[in-house]
Amino acid sequence: MARKLSMKDAINEALDQEMSRDPTVIVMGEDIVGGSGSPGENDAWGGVLGVTKGLYAKHGDRLMDTPLSESAYIGAAIGASTCGLRPVAELMFLDFMGVCFDQIFNQAAKFRYMFGGKAETPVTIRAMVGAGFRAAAQHSQMLTPIFTHIPGLKVVCASNAYDAKGLLIQSIRDNDPVIFCEHKNLYGHETDVPEESYTIPFAEANIVREGGDATIVGYGLIVHRAQEAADTLAKEGIDCEIVDLRTLSPIDIDSVVESVENTGRLVCVDEANPRCSIAADITATVSQQAFGALKAAPQLVTAPHTPVPFSPALEDIYIPSAASIADAVRKTMAP
Amino acid sequence: MNDVFPLGKEDLLKAYRTMKTIREFEERLHVDFGRGDIPGFVHLYAGEEAAATGIMMHLNDKDRIASTHRGHGHCIAKGVDINAMMGEIYGKSTGACHGKGGSMHIADLSKGMMGANGILGAGSPLACGAALAAQKLGHGGIGMSFTGDGASNQGTFLESLNLAAIWNLPMVFVVENNGYAESTSVDYATAVDSYVDRAAGFGVPGVTVDGTDFFAVHEAAGEVIRRAREGGGPSLLECKMIRFFGHFEGDAQTYRAEGETEDNRSNRDCLKQFRARVTEAGVIDAGALDAIDGEVMAAIDNAVEQAIAAPLPGAADLTTDVYVSY
Amino acid sequence: MPKWGLSMSEGILVDWLVDEGTEISVGDEIMEVETDKIASAVEAADAGLLRRRVGEAGEVYPVRALLGVLAPASVGDAEIDAFIEAYEVPEGEDEGEAEAQYEFADTVAGRLRYARRGGDGPAVVLIHGFGGDLDNWLFNIDALAQQARVYAFDLPGHGQSTKSLEEASIAGLAGALGAFLDAVDVGSAHLVGHSMGAAVAASFAGDSPGRVDSLSLISAAGLGEEINADYIDGFVSAQSRRELKPVLLHLFADSSLVNRSLVDDLLKYKRIDGVQEALQQLAANLFPGGVQQTVLAEKIAALGKPTLVVWGAEDQVIPAAHAHNLPGATVEIIDGAGHMVQMEQASRVNELLLGNILG
Repeated sequence: MARKLSMKDAINEALDQEMSRDPTVIVMGEDIVGGSGSPGENDAWGGVLGVTKGLYAKHGDRLMDTPLSESAYIGAAIGASTCGLRPVAELMFLDFMGVCFDQIFNQAAKFRYMFGGKAETPVTIRAMVGAGFRAAAQHSQMLTPIFTHIPGLKVVCASNAYDAKGLLIQSIRDNDPVIFCEHKNLYGHETDVPEESYTIPFAEANIVREGGDATIVGYGLIVHRAQEAADTLAKEGIDCEIVDLRTLSPIDIDSVVESVENTGRLVCVDEANPRCSIAADITATVSQQAFGALKAAPQLVTAPHTPVPFSPALEDIYIPSAASIADAVRKTMAP
Repeated sequence: MNDVFPLGKEDLLKAYRTMKTIREFEERLHVDFGRGDIPGFVHLYAGEEAAATGIMMHLNDKDRIASTHRGHGHCIAKGVDINAMMGEIYGKSTGACHGKGGSMHIADLSKGMMGANGILGAGSPLACGAALAAQKLGHGGIGMSFTGDGASNQGTFLESLNLAAIWNLPMVFVVENNGYAESTSVDYATAVDSYVDRAAGFGVPGVTVDGTDFFAVHEAAGEVIRRAREGGGPSLLECKMIRFFGHFEGDAQTYRAEGETEDNRSNRDCLKQFRARVTEAGVIDAGALDAIDGEVMAAIDNAVEQAIAAPLPGAADLTTDVYVSY
Repeated sequence: MPKWGLSMSEGILVDWLVDEGTEISVGDEIMEVETDKIASAVEAADAGLLRRRVGEAGEVYPVRALLGVLAPASVGDAEIDAFIEAYEVPEGEDEGEAEAQYEFADTVAGRLRYARRGGDGPAVVLIHGFGGDLDNWLFNIDALAQQARVYAFDLPGHGQSTKSLEEASIAGLAGALGAFLDAVDVGSAHLVGHSMGAAVAASFAGDSPGRVDSLSLISAAGLGEEINADYIDGFVSAQSRRELKPVLLHLFADSSLVNRSLVDDLLKYKRIDGVQEALQQLAANLFPGGVQQTVLAEKIAALGKPTLVVWGAEDQVIPAAHAHNLPGATVEIIDGAGHMVQMEQASRVNELLLGNILG
């Protein structure tokens, strides 16, 4: 049965169903249960934003609160994944990658290659990304490009609840290390989500809107901004196609190229900072593969080259807006 | 003097063979590397054999070790094939990692060897993961990390001590204290006199042993490993030892005192000490040990010959095995 | 704005097909309507003079919004204006009945999703085909419900029913049909089956003739050996939109009906745990190598039930020639339709079905 579920609840359901199906799945992270060792309620938090609430009651000590030692517990999750477990470790904010990045990019990402194909590292690392929460510079970044850059890692970022559940189940079942990014501003967003378990393959972008005049490419929160922009543009007689990348590594560049071959216009939008962003990456690749199809220069709409500001007045203009996306499309339409 | 041995003759011969294999493997690499035959970097374990051997004799394939950059000794003691190792060091496709990892990343997961590691301290969390898996899956194995006196200052190591303690993991943290972290003395870099004191600060029991004394290591290791297996939680085993060579091959070792290495070779050679002890006690005769020496040399020669003759990986191998599937 | 199927809440009036001042007969195509799921022409349910086109081309309207007014020439414009002014889109579900869109029945064959429409009248059960679900009947269920009590359910392995198949065979699925009838307390019913669903209906009728009042077999499996292996294998093996879309083109005479929404919905279905196994098992057991294993033509004929066979002339999945394999049946092969004839020529199919049901 499909019913409306928030992205937060869809993620919870994915974890619940996978833990029920596969006894080697364990979940760990800071406060993901909450209250461990404390005199009060157990399962006090269920994650800092409640995403994992209720799982402890069903699955007990397969959920483990961790101390504030990312390199130790992320490393332990990685090590355990090479030894028969299938851990889902939460890095509370992807911004915290600095304190455990070696375990992710030098260890997990490289085992299979360095060990000549003999290692499997089926670990899933869930982390919150994104701005708009007034959480300021160290809790709001979109660091997807850094992980996308690393061979050996897979990077996922869903824009809605249906995709989040299917992609998380896929991530857990996948036998490579996956960085599963959860946009904190989309936790409350609801879509129809089937009750049953299901998967969505990686490297399959979703064409969330069809249109023949311009291609807008984005992921996560940006997809929703793009839809707003497209609604505005539709009234001006401009029909936009929106490509929701869903997975950044592996990436479905073919769908973007196909779309641009049809529309001739490319607008890449990214909440990440501009240098070496996903937007820059796609623009380069598509320009190379579909240069002849382009009717106008590709446009990039990204956050500025600054940390994320705190003040709402500033944070709101940090994130690419529907208006700025629409402007970029209009630029490509200009004769 | 009545010397009571905790091991029978067969085990003693096995221990000697392992230590001798490590020694001759490393000595041979020293020579061949010096000639320019070997690409990249090697970090030699010569002088430290008693530690790896004394500890690893208590382990089986279900037990997992995370090693350091100086991993050849751990590999050999854990049962990794020396032909595969030599092939890997030479960067050949017949190597343990098909030439993709090299000396610093030799691994054999089937033998519970989770890999030598180029990032110091990185193995401790990984070994905790192995211990966690053993705990959850209930198969009786343990996790073991090796860190040097230098890497034991790394945050990852310290965090792992705490994590292993709170989760009561079946872990052994082996600190191989050979007095030097690259060129820096442990007296300079580490505030405490003993890593056991540090472990105590984290709620983890520990013991220090003379890492050049095979029997001392074997006995102490047996205790901490048993504790881990029986659900008693993590321990720290500090082995005070000597490395004969530099940090890496090519290290001029000017940080050492004059005559230090000669003194080590003469007076702190764990193989010489082992041989002396077992022959003087009349448990093993020298001839048996000499025979092992001969076999080991032949095996090493063979490993080098095979490695030299083996093919290099092809261009297509560059892009394989990045992922299980992509 | 019509309501097609159970989940439609609004549609786009793409364009009018008739001008104001035209005299309309029942069945005339009067406008094109599009939802995110399907696009189709709307046939006039009533006859009369089209006095006002209220709906504008390109606009979105909720279901049951007023789009046009039929009135005799004698009615004044002011009166029509007043009528349009006063019109309010009715709230909620069907007339008076606060029915859930879908329901679930726990049966011995597992949990089955179904929809029930209509009040009094003979019981009719609609059975979809391979890889389909009860929404395949979206253009039929309401029309039939005007005069019958209609049930449409998802077979095991399909739609939102249990994805585990006890027995991946026609007989197994017929057992599920029986379990469904028991669960909803239906003693006997008129069975309407499409494609594989028709074979299921026929098989059930053969085993439990007392529970079957009539048989309507649309683009039926079970009447001959041939079936398009490329379609079946393609449907089962497709993993992406790129792979699935060309396969689905086999289903319709009008290829524009294979829109993004149709492909996406089928992909979402195929990705649910258990579906791949179920489809593979069924395909392997029922139609290996494009050869149907269960041919029931003689068995059906022997039952002596009122039997209707309907086919689309351009069926690319099961040859329309099979329609003639059932002696004693009423047969109609409809032009301008492919395998999904119940969608492409819904009006005519509904007429034929009611004819067979009401006798």
